[in-house]
Amino acid sequence: MEIIMSILAGFLFTVGLYLILTKNLIRIIIGSSVLSHGAHLLLLTMAGLKTGAPPLLGLNADTYVDPLPQALILTAIVISFGVTSFILVLGYRTYKVTGAAETDQLRGTDTDE
Amino acid sequence: MFTILHLAIIAPFLAAVLVPLLYKFIPRIHTGWFVLIVPIVLFSYFLTYLPDVSGTGSVIKTFEWIPSLGINYVAYVDGLGLLFALLITGIGALVVLYSIYYLNKHKEQLNNFYTYLMLFMGAMLGLTLSDNLIVLYTFWEITSISSFLLISYWYTKEKSRYGALKSLLITFIGGFALLVGFVLIASVTGTYSIRGILDASDQLAASPLFLPAMLLILLGAFTKSAQFPFHIWLPDAMEAPTPVSAYLHSATMVKAGIYLVARLTPLFAVSAYWFWLVTGFGLLTLIWGSLSAIRQTDLKGILAYSTVSQLGMILSMLGAGAAALHYDSVDNNAYTVAVAAAIFHLINHATYKGSLFMMAGIIDHETGTRDIRRLGGLMTLMPISFTIAVIGGFSMAGLPPFNGFLSKEMFFMSMVEITHFSQYGMGSIGLLLPIVAWTASIFTFVYCMILVFRTFTGKLQEEKLPAKPHEAPFGMLLAPLILVALVVVFGFFPNTLVPAIIEPAMASIMPELAQTGSFGVDIYFWHGFSPELFMTIGVVLLGTIIFLVLQKWSSIYAVFPDNRLFNQTYNRFLEGIERTSYTVISWHMTGLVRDYFIYIFSFTVVLLLFSLFGTGAFAIDTANMVPVTPYEAVLSLVLVGSSLILMFTRSRLKAVISLGVLGYTVALFFVLFRAPDLALTQLTIETVSVTLFLLCFYHFPQIFDALKETKFHAANLVISVAVGLTVTLIGLSASGTRLFPAISDYFLENSYKEAGGNNVVNVILVDFRGFDTLLEILVLGIASLGVYSLIKLRLAGGENK
Repeated sequence: MEIIMSILAGFLFTVGLYLILTKNLIRIIIGSSVLSHGAHLLLLTMAGLKTGAPPLLGLNADTYVDPLPQALILTAIVISFGVTSFILVLGYRTYKVTGAAETDQLRGTDTDE
Repeated sequence: MFTILHLAIIAPFLAAVLVPLLYKFIPRIHTGWFVLIVPIVLFSYFLTYLPDVSGTGSVIKTFEWIPSLGINYVAYVDGLGLLFALLITGIGALVVLYSIYYLNKHKEQLNNFYTYLMLFMGAMLGLTLSDNLIVLYTFWEITSISSFLLISYWYTKEKSRYGALKSLLITFIGGFALLVGFVLIASVTGTYSIRGILDASDQLAASPLFLPAMLLILLGAFTKSAQFPFHIWLPDAMEAPTPVSAYLHSATMVKAGIYLVARLTPLFAVSAYWFWLVTGFGLLTLIWGSLSAIRQTDLKGILAYSTVSQLGMILSMLGAGAAALHYDSVDNNAYTVAVAAAIFHLINHATYKGSLFMMAGIIDHETGTRDIRRLGGLMTLMPISFTIAVIGGFSMAGLPPFNGFLSKEMFFMSMVEITHFSQYGMGSIGLLLPIVAWTASIFTFVYCMILVFRTFTGKLQEEKLPAKPHEAPFGMLLAPLILVALVVVFGFFPNTLVPAIIEPAMASIMPELAQTGSFGVDIYFWHGFSPELFMTIGVVLLGTIIFLVLQKWSSIYAVFPDNRLFNQTYNRFLEGIERTSYTVISWHMTGLVRDYFIYIFSFTVVLLLFSLFGTGAFAIDTANMVPVTPYEAVLSLVLVGSSLILMFTRSRLKAVISLGVLGYTVALFFVLFRAPDLALTQLTIETVSVTLFLLCFYHFPQIFDALKETKFHAANLVISVAVGLTVTLIGLSASGTRLFPAISDYFLENSYKEAGGNNVVNVILVDFRGFDTLLEILVLGIASLGVYSLIKLRLAGGENK
């Protein structure tokens, strides 16, 4: 399973990066979102996908899965959500102010201070 | 302890602070008069050290500056240092006196001038009277900076700024090389003290760093002392006011390199490289400078090249003097004469060159031009200046009875003697040395004659002169008169200098020889019919002939490679650096985000793959892996499918929806991998995200329009596949191996015991690692504030729709 998960994470990285490398602002934002999914799955996989009960002690199971990476991913999800929503609004505002939806239209000129 | 000696060295700095105050509050008196006190007092003070340094004596006073690094302000007065200190303060006093009459109180910014000049004087004193290499380097750089300021004194003139920048760049490159050389020496000997280093000279000679240190230090010395091919800054430095040229660019600063060579001779002279480099470059500079001086038409230009040439001569004598260190005794040691001649010529050059510069300044001041093609016939109008020029010029040419004659004879003598030297691979090539020296002296003679006769004899061309020529005021003539008086005195009574100054200085340059006896230097006019005498007669005869037929052969100079070659090289070098850096920057700094991403990711991939396979870290351990279930296989396919759609779709709705599918699939993965909290959060957040995208889409569909024009880009795909592959490979090799057990057992065991909670993930978030959560809340808060202000805040720039 770890092999498949690693490949999946790598695939998400590929897709995310491919989207980020385009000029379109919306695709770049979507790409960063995909990239963070890849990172979260990778984090989970790295900790080892041991079989066991969810980390809820009330279940009285013999083994539990590792709770620490779950806590880390939870934090990361929230932060990436904050960042995604911010850059989404930033892209929206950029389009409204400059009328540009592609990064090469946003290039400064030599006369810009 | 801070002593009077330390105070004396930095006294000019203190004076530099006072100068602007005096200039501002006592404007009626020329500021120079106040400044004049400093060098006179210092000169008298340093005269009192003469008895202390006689023989091999020296005075050392230590003031701790940074003792933990071994950097202390150690004032060290020995024969060599004192000679320079006397030159600096003595000529400094005369230059200040001259500048009082040269610079107009009302038209010039005297506060700047004297501040810079005092700064320079203090730095120069510190340089020559320091025993610590780092302190020496500090003062060395202050001389460069103050010279830069003085050259650009008339900063509104473009040529002044050009000359100042050029001298700064060249001397700074040398200065930096010097610092590296000093550090190399100190890393071998373990001390920055010059005396300590000289004691450990055997240690350095055996070290592989000996040659690099020597080359770097010579580079520093050669750039400062305007040796070939670094001499190009000196003629451009002639844009400075004439007192500055006289002081810095003839008598003192350009001799800092010579001081350094002399000071470190006991350290490096064991090497044949030292001998060949110092002597070779010295002679090359000597002949190049004297040849170039003849073609100049500007008085200061001639003097600048003659300075270059004479500095080369002093340096070549110091190099030849290195041969003396191969003999254990001063008896029968013919090569000590080279060192004596170097020191004697150093003094002589300072006296006559100072006076000649002042003479050139007077001519400029009184006629309005320094161009020798417009000058002539000033002999009767300016008889005193003429006398100065004759004495100074004839002394420089090496004519009796002036001091230049004596040092030139000694120069010839040392060059002839050195041909008998058997070491350093001296063979037939050694014969070249006196021949080059002799040829250069002929040209020296010629330009001296040009200097004197073209300016003062011939026909007066009054219509070409901007001002009506007349003799300068006495105050202006006083300083050059004192200097030429010294030229004559040293010429007739050279031996007064020997015990007091020359022999102690020789003892500093050759300390080991000094212990075996007195150098017994005796300078006299008549040697008998020795080779030197015939060489001098040849110089005068040939020089006179060449000078008389100058018109006929000076067209040769049209084919002779001139200094423009080096200046052009310098200019092209500067332009080239500018152009190259501009090209490099504009080539890779495209302003496109995509390009920068490509740099970043290509570098990351190359670095990671290289270290992954280079260190043999790649390994797949399948032992502890979990088997794949059908659920996971199906989910994986959904994940791949939705991302592929996302990647290539041109429909805006498809993009948003497949992003949602992707997020929900990830949430289902969290369910499968037994992470209920993650699944909940992921579901909620994905919903909100998709809503946000849709909101954006709804309010502003045009921003999504560009999706339609998305093109396929092969290079992008290659890089992203490479990154994805790297991630997969690292993931595979990392997940199989675990170097130590996880700490999660602690959390599982203590979650209830210590924190009273059964949901271990939540306990970690709010209890064990609550700080993460606190700051994560802060991130969300900032993001929401940012979103709010992005939407609400409307400052300048405005909307286009």
